[in-house]
Amino acid sequence: MTSALEFTGVEKRYGELAVLDGFELSVPRGEKLAIIGPSGSGKSTVLRIAMALEGIQRGRVELLGETLWDGAKRPPEKTLRRLRLHAGMVFQHFNLFPHMSALENVCCAPVDVLGVPRAQAQARGRELLEQVGLADKADSAPEQLSGGQKQRVAIARALAMEPAVMLFDEVTSALDPEMVGEVLNVLRDLAARSDMTMLLVTHEMQFAGEIADRIVFMDGGRVVEQGPPEQLLSQPSEPRTQAFLRSVLQPGRQAPAQD
Amino acid sequence: MPRPAHCVPQRWTNKPVSGLIELLPTLLEGLRLTLQITVVAAALGLACAVVAGLAREFAPRPLNWLAATYVEVFRGTSALVQLFWFFFALPLMGINLGAFLTAVLVLGLNTGAYGAEVVRGAIGAVPRGQWEAAASLGYGRAGTLRRVIFPQAALAMVPPTGNLLIELLKNTALVSMITLSDLTFRAQMLRAETLRTVEIFLLVLLLYYLAARLITHGMGRLERHLARGRDHGGSLS
Repeated sequence: MTSALEFTGVEKRYGELAVLDGFELSVPRGEKLAIIGPSGSGKSTVLRIAMALEGIQRGRVELLGETLWDGAKRPPEKTLRRLRLHAGMVFQHFNLFPHMSALENVCCAPVDVLGVPRAQAQARGRELLEQVGLADKADSAPEQLSGGQKQRVAIARALAMEPAVMLFDEVTSALDPEMVGEVLNVLRDLAARSDMTMLLVTHEMQFAGEIADRIVFMDGGRVVEQGPPEQLLSQPSEPRTQAFLRSVLQPGRQAPAQD
Repeated sequence: MPRPAHCVPQRWTNKPVSGLIELLPTLLEGLRLTLQITVVAAALGLACAVVAGLAREFAPRPLNWLAATYVEVFRGTSALVQLFWFFFALPLMGINLGAFLTAVLVLGLNTGAYGAEVVRGAIGAVPRGQWEAAASLGYGRAGTLRRVIFPQAALAMVPPTGNLLIELLKNTALVSMITLSDLTFRAQMLRAETLRTVEIFLLVLLLYYLAARLITHGMGRLERHLARGRDHGGSLS
């Protein structure tokens, strides 16, 4: 069976700045993959490219065996829209639709995009809100929800489209510390009971170690090291990985200078 | 010895106040035309604003340029001269629109040119994350605009649109220059007949003011309605 995602020799730049440079990554279907690395290492860009929000300059990206990006050529909008249906994304800043209730956020796309009958979409939407622990907030507006609640609605919203691949872009980074747990619990539950492919860009190392089948460490726009969590988190072989893990696991202590 | 007529300071000092009532029917007749022109020009203007605003933001090059030219030309030239041009010059080229059509066309296009920038600004002010969230859910550009962006931008458009409509209402006074008997035109006629300059123009100011208040009131209600829709999450349909 083909992989869920396949990045081959991907180069992505913003003007002069190379964000991804010879990036290679293969994600088998059903894998729970965590991507870690210092800020600016290109982690989020990987997800944005997979979601077809951004193109690339060189290389190739395949989603479920279909070509999404082939060099700098931009596929027709129709193709992009079709491929986007395979993937779902949860954003750092939630990006809920402020003019819709929680339930409408969750069921608008199934109705508008997939043509699911409204009653059916709403019933499914309520199930999903229940799954993320927000059954009682169906009629609340986003502005009435806490950050953790907003992010859980955003997860339900992405799930409603039943994507094969889910992309989580630093989904707890914008949250107050006391709300991180509730969102991680939802993800933990999701990882355990679903056979979706999940890519998580995260700064929660312990959590990554807990739910990921594999952790990828990125720096400077490429994969520096990867492996099963227990190995990568406790016995990293690359000096850069070691330095990064030291700096995030013991915040405040300066990583030793690199040569 | 009677004073010469031109020395009488104000006619209204030697006329009863009840005389004001006699002026009203004529002025109200003019107000009706003023409001008609305002409403029709506003409808045309809003349509132009949305089309040109969207074209400037999203349309491919030739259409985009066309929209930009339209906005620049109508914002950059005098509305009065535009009226004259459409009313006096165009017929010489064989196109005779008549006074009313000329008035609503010119004023509507003017309002639309300013309104296009309002539409563009409000759409541009919706955060990029909203576009990305919609795209990630499979919405295309048109669907995103309709379901996600426009409903949010609409709220931001209301106050500047209110300003534009009041501006339009006041600009309708210009149509008195192309033979239309609007409020201002009637006022000048009455003044020529009765010489009661002070009362007439005071009344006219009051009538324009009341009409502007009506617009302010309506836009305020619309804004509250849209904001309330947001509190409750809006409607799904």
